[in-house]
Amino acid sequence: MTRYQKKLRMRHFYNQAFKILLFIVIALSLIVLITLLFDIFKKGFQTLTWDFLTSMPSGRATRAGILPSLVGSLVLIALTALISIPLGVGTAIYLELYANKRSRFFKLLQLNIANLAGVPSIVYGILGLAIFSQLLKLGPSLIVGSITLSLLILPVIIVSSSEAIKAVPSSIIDGSYALGVTRWKTITGVILPMALPGIMTGSILALSRAMGEAAPLIMVGAVGFVTFLPDNLLSRYSALPLIVFNWTSRPQAAFAQIAASGIMVMMIILLITNLTAIIIRNKTQSRID
Amino acid sequence: MKKKKTYLQESIIQMILALFASISILTTIGIVFSLLFESVIFFNEVSIIEFFTTIRWAPVFDPPSFGVLPLISGTLLIAVLSSMVSLPLGLGSAIYLSEFASSKARKLIKPILELLAGVPSIVYGYFALTFITPLLRTFLPQTEIFNALSASIAVGIMTLPMVASLSEDAMMAVPNSIRQGAYALGSTQLEVSTHVIVPAAFSGIASSFVLAISRAIGETMIVAIAAGQTPSMALNPLGSIQTMTGFMVNMALGDIQQGSIEFKTVFVVGMVLFIITLIMNLIAKKIIARNREVYA
Repeated sequence: MTRYQKKLRMRHFYNQAFKILLFIVIALSLIVLITLLFDIFKKGFQTLTWDFLTSMPSGRATRAGILPSLVGSLVLIALTALISIPLGVGTAIYLELYANKRSRFFKLLQLNIANLAGVPSIVYGILGLAIFSQLLKLGPSLIVGSITLSLLILPVIIVSSSEAIKAVPSSIIDGSYALGVTRWKTITGVILPMALPGIMTGSILALSRAMGEAAPLIMVGAVGFVTFLPDNLLSRYSALPLIVFNWTSRPQAAFAQIAASGIMVMMIILLITNLTAIIIRNKTQSRID
Repeated sequence: MKKKKTYLQESIIQMILALFASISILTTIGIVFSLLFESVIFFNEVSIIEFFTTIRWAPVFDPPSFGVLPLISGTLLIAVLSSMVSLPLGLGSAIYLSEFASSKARKLIKPILELLAGVPSIVYGYFALTFITPLLRTFLPQTEIFNALSASIAVGIMTLPMVASLSEDAMMAVPNSIRQGAYALGSTQLEVSTHVIVPAAFSGIASSFVLAISRAIGETMIVAIAAGQTPSMALNPLGSIQTMTGFMVNMALGDIQQGSIEFKTVFVVGMVLFIITLIMNLIAKKIIARNREVYA
């Protein structure tokens, strides 16, 4: 065997070894995901009953339920959607269709949004605490929680909506203008309907991120253990990640078990919302193709 | 007449939209203002030199001590250990997806990574405390119940998809002609990946690394659940520590009087956290801007 052949053989051997190594790396993340889901399912499945879903929390794990947190999370996310989607989509429309892209204001906005996206969620909690909870004296209320979460996911909604608006072909927009349609009517009648699937996908993903957030809510004073349902914007509330945190922090094994059930409830909701987003995305992709 | 009305309507709409857009700027101003306001009052009572040089953090003890270094070292420990998980695994996944995987395998693997990225951090925290920690304790019995290593592994798993997806984007952006050129010279896949693609995509990969570390520094619930509540300079992966975010959550959960010096520590620590993550994010952007290869 010549030296060249030997070297070639080694190069192919290294290549194969590298391929196997990468395959192990990929398999590892799959294994982690399966282990995580299986572990939580195994721990939480038994205590995930109808009673668990419809009862108030309790100092005794066997009697504790998740109702206030389930309702709280749903109301919180609905309010967050009401605040963040109009603001985010409005900002994206302004950025893409109104703003002068060479103006200083536009550049400042873009830089600002990019930086906001990297701010840790707990810092948004500080903002909510200082401005809305204390300065405006709204306390640890539902509305403060939803404003805080809205500001947190605003950059995500702005960016995904901007992308969706950018993807609308300019020929269609010019066609509308050529027919004498005003800018706003073009936006509501032509651009938004075409960008809607993209905007919806981005918004749903952003909202499901908000749904899993605990840190900013803890900073604005929300607690997990609440034994009533929220009935107005200023009432106190609980949320699924908060009650999971409360139960996880207790030393007894029985609470760790119902914490897993709480996680299952949260993950099922997240799975449904994420699947919806993926389905919307895939449907529209095939349409444009 | 009608034209005038339409014109008025259009300009009102434009104003409203500009107002919406300025909310994001107001958010930044609000964050900086709230952090600065309480921090300035704090530094009137505690000297800034004491804050950054004392190695004991005990704000609710009597006598109190306000040395932030133990919180920073705890945070750094989490950042370093978690990047040992997220950076190699994330980069490996990215290389596999971009250079080795068939399009079928890619279609299967990408949603798995997206799912991993979508799991809330509280779930990773639970997983760290109830699964990773017991597992560690069977191999390393001296591991404490709350320890930095378990939290770091969970933070690493959480930030892995981010490294993978940003690095993969960067590698996919390397033009195929360069890749084909290297193959035409007889290179193996390994040689193409490590000598051509990774160097060409270096700026994207490096910025994904910086962003992942920045995310690990700001990560809260995992460390609040699994890493412990002991501010420590020991840098012991198997022992209990406290990070900046962990401290903030801990204080927010307690009954601290508003306006007290203990209360202000939350804002000061938040300020340090905000500045560190901001700098890292700006670095990530600079790396991209400076090293971007323009492929025409």
